[in-house]
Amino acid sequence: MRYSAFSVFLNALRGNKDWKPAWRSPVPKNHYDVVIIGGGGHGLATAYYLAKEFGVTNVAVLEKGYIGSGNVGRNTTIIRSNYLLQGNNPFYELSMKLWEGLEQDFNFNAMVSQRGVLNLYHSDAQRDAYTRRGNAMRLHGVDADLLDRNTVRQMLPFLDFDNARFPIQGALMQKRGGTVRHDAVAWGYARGADSRGVDIIQNCEVTGIRRENGRVVGVETSQGFIGCGKLALAAAGNSTVVADMVDMKLPIESHVLQAFVSEGLKPFIDNVVTFGAGHFYVSQSDKGGLVFGGDIDGYNSYAQRGNLATVEHVAEAGVAMIPALSRVRVLRSWGGVMDMSMDGSPIIDRTPIDNLYLNAGWCYGGFKATPASGFCYAHLIAKNEPHETGRAFRLDRFARGRMIDEKGVGSQPNLH
Amino acid sequence: MSSYRLPKGGRIDRARPLNFTFDGKPMQGLAGDTLASALLANGRQLVGRSFKYHRPRGILTAGAAEPNALVTIGEGGRTEANTRATLVELYSGLTAKSQNRWPSVDFDLGAVNSLLSPFLGAGFYYKTFMWPAAFWEKVYEPIIRKAAGLGRATYEPDPDAYEKCWAHCDLLVIGAGPSGLAAALTAGRAGARVILADEGFEPGGSLLSETATVGGKSAADLLAKTLAELADMPNVRIFSRTTVFGWYDGNVFGAVESVQKNTATVDPNRPVERIWRIAAKQAILASGAEERPLVFGGNDIPGVMMAGAMRSYLNRQAIAPGKNTVVFTNDESGYQTATDLEAAGLEVAAIVDARADGVSSWSGRAPVFPAALVQDAKGGKALTSVTVLKGGALVTIHADALAMSGGWSPIIHLACHRGAKPVWSDAKAAFLAPEIQEGLTIAGAAAGVGSIETCLADGAGKAASALKALGFSNATAAFVPVADTATVSKPLWRVHGSKGKAFVDYQNDVHLKDLGLAVAEGYGHVELAKRYTTNGMATDQGKLSNINAIGILAEARKVSPADVGTTTFRPFYTPLSFGALTGASKGKHFQPVRKSPLHDWAKKNGAVFVETGLWYRSSWFPQAGETTWRESVDREVLNVRKNAGICDVSTLGKIEIFGKDAAEFLNRVYCNAFLKLPVGKARYGLMLREDGMIYDDGTTSRLGETHFFMTTTTAYAAGVMNHLEFCAQALWPELDVQFASSTDQWAQIAVAGPKSRLILQALVDEDISDAAFPFLGAKEVSLCGGKLTGRLFRISFSGELAYELAVPAGYGEAIADAIMEAGKPHGICPYGVEALGVMRIEKGHVTHSEINGTVIPSDLGFAKMVSTAKPDFIGKAMLLREGLTAEDRLSLVGVKPLDPATTFKTGSHILSEGAVPSLENDQGYVSSSCYSPNLGSTIGLALVKHGPKRHGEHVTVWNDLKNEYTKAVLCSPVFFDPENGKLHG
Amino acid sequence: MASLIACPHCGPRPKEEFTVRGDAGIARPVPDAGEDAWYAYVYLRDNPRGRHKEHWHHTSGCRRWLVVERDTMTHAIYAVSDAGTQDASTRGETA
Repeated sequence: MRYSAFSVFLNALRGNKDWKPAWRSPVPKNHYDVVIIGGGGHGLATAYYLAKEFGVTNVAVLEKGYIGSGNVGRNTTIIRSNYLLQGNNPFYELSMKLWEGLEQDFNFNAMVSQRGVLNLYHSDAQRDAYTRRGNAMRLHGVDADLLDRNTVRQMLPFLDFDNARFPIQGALMQKRGGTVRHDAVAWGYARGADSRGVDIIQNCEVTGIRRENGRVVGVETSQGFIGCGKLALAAAGNSTVVADMVDMKLPIESHVLQAFVSEGLKPFIDNVVTFGAGHFYVSQSDKGGLVFGGDIDGYNSYAQRGNLATVEHVAEAGVAMIPALSRVRVLRSWGGVMDMSMDGSPIIDRTPIDNLYLNAGWCYGGFKATPASGFCYAHLIAKNEPHETGRAFRLDRFARGRMIDEKGVGSQPNLH
Repeated sequence: MSSYRLPKGGRIDRARPLNFTFDGKPMQGLAGDTLASALLANGRQLVGRSFKYHRPRGILTAGAAEPNALVTIGEGGRTEANTRATLVELYSGLTAKSQNRWPSVDFDLGAVNSLLSPFLGAGFYYKTFMWPAAFWEKVYEPIIRKAAGLGRATYEPDPDAYEKCWAHCDLLVIGAGPSGLAAALTAGRAGARVILADEGFEPGGSLLSETATVGGKSAADLLAKTLAELADMPNVRIFSRTTVFGWYDGNVFGAVESVQKNTATVDPNRPVERIWRIAAKQAILASGAEERPLVFGGNDIPGVMMAGAMRSYLNRQAIAPGKNTVVFTNDESGYQTATDLEAAGLEVAAIVDARADGVSSWSGRAPVFPAALVQDAKGGKALTSVTVLKGGALVTIHADALAMSGGWSPIIHLACHRGAKPVWSDAKAAFLAPEIQEGLTIAGAAAGVGSIETCLADGAGKAASALKALGFSNATAAFVPVADTATVSKPLWRVHGSKGKAFVDYQNDVHLKDLGLAVAEGYGHVELAKRYTTNGMATDQGKLSNINAIGILAEARKVSPADVGTTTFRPFYTPLSFGALTGASKGKHFQPVRKSPLHDWAKKNGAVFVETGLWYRSSWFPQAGETTWRESVDREVLNVRKNAGICDVSTLGKIEIFGKDAAEFLNRVYCNAFLKLPVGKARYGLMLREDGMIYDDGTTSRLGETHFFMTTTTAYAAGVMNHLEFCAQALWPELDVQFASSTDQWAQIAVAGPKSRLILQALVDEDISDAAFPFLGAKEVSLCGGKLTGRLFRISFSGELAYELAVPAGYGEAIADAIMEAGKPHGICPYGVEALGVMRIEKGHVTHSEINGTVIPSDLGFAKMVSTAKPDFIGKAMLLREGLTAEDRLSLVGVKPLDPATTFKTGSHILSEGAVPSLENDQGYVSSSCYSPNLGSTIGLALVKHGPKRHGEHVTVWNDLKNEYTKAVLCSPVFFDPENGKLHG
Repeated sequence: MASLIACPHCGPRPKEEFTVRGDAGIARPVPDAGEDAWYAYVYLRDNPRGRHKEHWHHTSGCRRWLVVERDTMTHAIYAVSDAGTQDASTRGETA
């Protein structure tokens, strides 16, 4: 059923009794051309593009819980393509372009809202770093503006420009950056993939990977054995758990990142703003909650919960940036498991094991990458060749010394 | 008719009237009122409008779960949106405003949305507003955003103070109701250190509104006696107005205490809120239970209230809910409310009991309708009647108040913050958390225990067990066990056949049909239903709504609530202000300030300071007549190169290294050789990470056979210290080497320029001539005729003849003054980090602008420093990788404009002459730049592909952000005195 | 992560006094161990779901590096010991 204002109207007149499930609940087949492990944003997007762009429709997405139950359902919804390095920049810009046409493409309103992302700077060194970054973006045709203090002040007069410790000097802005209703991304891709024949199988936990003569031939699951021609991992924070099934050690650590939402407020802040003198970023959802977060807690964890001290640090930085936040109440905090890679950049690659593909290492930036990740991964799976924008995300780049390290902190994931 | 205050009764002080306003209208309440009870006393039931349909909403509960009565209180920077009127302790001068209405709460134009509700069902917005694409940001979204949200936050800064503290105890008791009080009493008597925390302004919980006797005593007497005994125990602390909001690992609990939220005259010397991090050996969760609303048409009309809340208002604040009340119940507690209403002389029109077989022995006046249902409540802004389905027929009963009770749900929020999953119990018809987890035991109604007597016994018994585990062998339960005779009714998740909208999540306007639609569309999983309909996402986080939503989903999916399960309980139990979480860490206390021992010296010499991390460093020293910073910096640079200058370099990290293996250790942590560094010599060192990238640089001097002194960059001082300790303790514990950070112990002063020796010799007792103290000399020296011992290093960042003199921090200012005095005849001037930066760029010296974590030694021209002789050093193995030896790595060059009248900025990219701007054509970037007064031109350092091979090549320095495209030439990074003649002068 | 870490030298202290570095389960290879061994040491992680050894530094305390053995699912801490007392096979050997 195609969604439109007209369909909403017609169904309302019929008492909203005719809406159909957005996706089926199929019984798994014995064999698929491609099985994707992980019904999160990346897994569902991969299935969608496999079917839509590459004509591979005999595909199953296996999800151990409900679709979108991982980080696509618990992030801070930001999209941007303000990357510095050659390996990253074109990929994230591809993602941005896909976001820009996504809703019409998959006929689901994911509320892609290009409200602008501002990264504040507080020192000459930060300004210089943003100058380099902004110019790198422009070299690839990505929009970037270096705003001075007065321009930022006109846009966001309630920031603490004269912060007693770290006065705001200006900001790097990407106007095309913004936010997306995160759950809707999972649902839109699921619905689009399902309508093209992809089987989305929820409550299906993969418990083992079956190999014959060294090649992957299928997976053992809580719903029985499912054979496959190609097996694609998209398990994010649980990548290691799945890779362990084939004794494959990854350059990845799983860390906890907390995020927060305030009580609903009338429009308070229009843009996405990041603080340059502490770990804090904020935007406001269409429902009115301020959605914000900070840095990862810093230790390995699969527990989806963090520490109070990190909560306090985030609040402190928030009030340093916007003193008026002091009386705003925080409603809820949550934690997600981040697949932190050794250079802060992701991996989309074949593995040394035949028929096994890897998509992992998204750190805390996987949401904005969802469309391009799905697109490039689908390309790799369908053609056995990396897509040109994802070419640098190789698994062997660490061994070869070709890291893509935006922050320059090396192989200590909790610093990325 | 509406609610009003009864002439007698309640725990209020009728002699202490309190004046407040609601929507500008003056009103009066009494001490002992909450804002909610005071509004009810003033006949104000309609207090807010709902989120989506703008329906009139009244006060539903008397506690933390309140979804409707959200108001904005306070003025200016003290404005607080979305404040639950049910939790606000009334005070004189309180100003409250209703929210989400225009123009007024009584007449709200937004209510038109109710008419459109068939089109605004769950998730309608996912299906439309997609065309044209550009309309989302421009048209649809602004309208949606304006309509959404609840209250309006202020943009003014908060004038009040907050603080954060730690507290430690043997037993933390959360909730001062019967179970919590019994637990605290048991623990207090055993001599344990107890903290009893309760969110209310008066401890007692359900005892505060209980009219029945408890164990033969009145509930009020029992409460008073227990509180008196607890107050006399020095080992028991009672934290009233304190909400425990989170349970964290290590049995640390977060709690927020409202210190001055009950007054309009805030004492600026005390916090308004205080965060407690409570480290408890054991905790008892005695948070009670939440009464379930019933889902029937019009269950949100003002006048409909939870039965327990109605009883609480009646007994605590002497509030009559109306003249004529209908009780709709699926539980015994509806009868308690009816009993108390009748005792207060109020009319109960009927008791509509959904149960066929559970009718209690009712002896009141009101008629009881068993196996009957309220199908619809009627009224607009106030309840007028209810339609009751009774014996197959519909009857209308006129009423102005309706009390509803759908049974009780244990409040297990906190017990599930650390991963425990609630489990459905058919026996209790409720979700329960594991009763005992490590460090936390659930007691009383929170554990599904029924009556007050059994709660007392349960709290006491569980406290005694928890204490025994801690070694309090004398712990004896303060109350003896009694049999739990409470019955549990089969839940009534929804009333069938309602005509009006039956709300499940009041605040988010999620009604029965929305949940049905979610199931039909495939969003039947409890998490998907939540996300699709927003049920449970309001400010009460589903405290009231989740259980009914689960029941309704279970019915629709034809499974048990056990199969539906719950959404995840996460902190915070109730919303928490940014201010409280921030505490005192705001304004200039956001981060600690680090000041050099020469800060005051720099200040009196007129320095302009710049924040560098936590430090304040002197940037430049303007003199009279100078109008721009460049004028000052140019003068400082020229003067240093011509005469001499003095610069504060105290912020550099300084580490004392001792031990017989100190040299061997340094040899392993630096990529260049240190084993044979002679005593009395300094050496520049490059420290790599294990991945081969440069981590930090600095000079290390050998002051004795087993004593080295390392300097690090300012930014990496702490990191390097941690790294050295890691290497020594974790990698090579067999080495005899120890470290002490002495960054704060030394004032370090750079004296640079051709006249620096002359000036310093006036202070230094020893001969510092070139012969006696050549370049890279390092030694302890006597100063000012033996008055002081310092350390002198002949090292240079500026490329001039230069020294760094370190003296004990307390002498820094005196020595700096003495150097200035001695230098006066020679034209000395103070210079700041800007001039320092210019001179280092002129000399091609790198800083962390170049050492950015992605460069290896050869990228910066240090290839020869990397020892090939040493068997091992940190980073050696990884340097051999293909990508690190590749030809096209970005490498250091100088860059200067072809036309000295043109300029460029740091962060600009380098393009080959004539190349089309693209990422593929990107040749590198300018890492540092400045105006060089010596060269009369902008100069820069750049990291460029094949850099050293391209000296002389013309390029474009591309700064599209500023529309600056400068023709420039690549060159050697050493712009000034490449022969180092001045250095060795 | 537990809110308190029992430092073997200082007793139980708030986690905020400590700095985490990362995996303590793999030894630093000998210099000529070969590129595979070095790659594994610098870049590959067991990243276990469950019992895990990590290096933590008591930065605002005794400044000793510790090995904290804890559970990445439950955040329970099993043991804390000084990094200098680990046996050579886990702390690495540079020969």
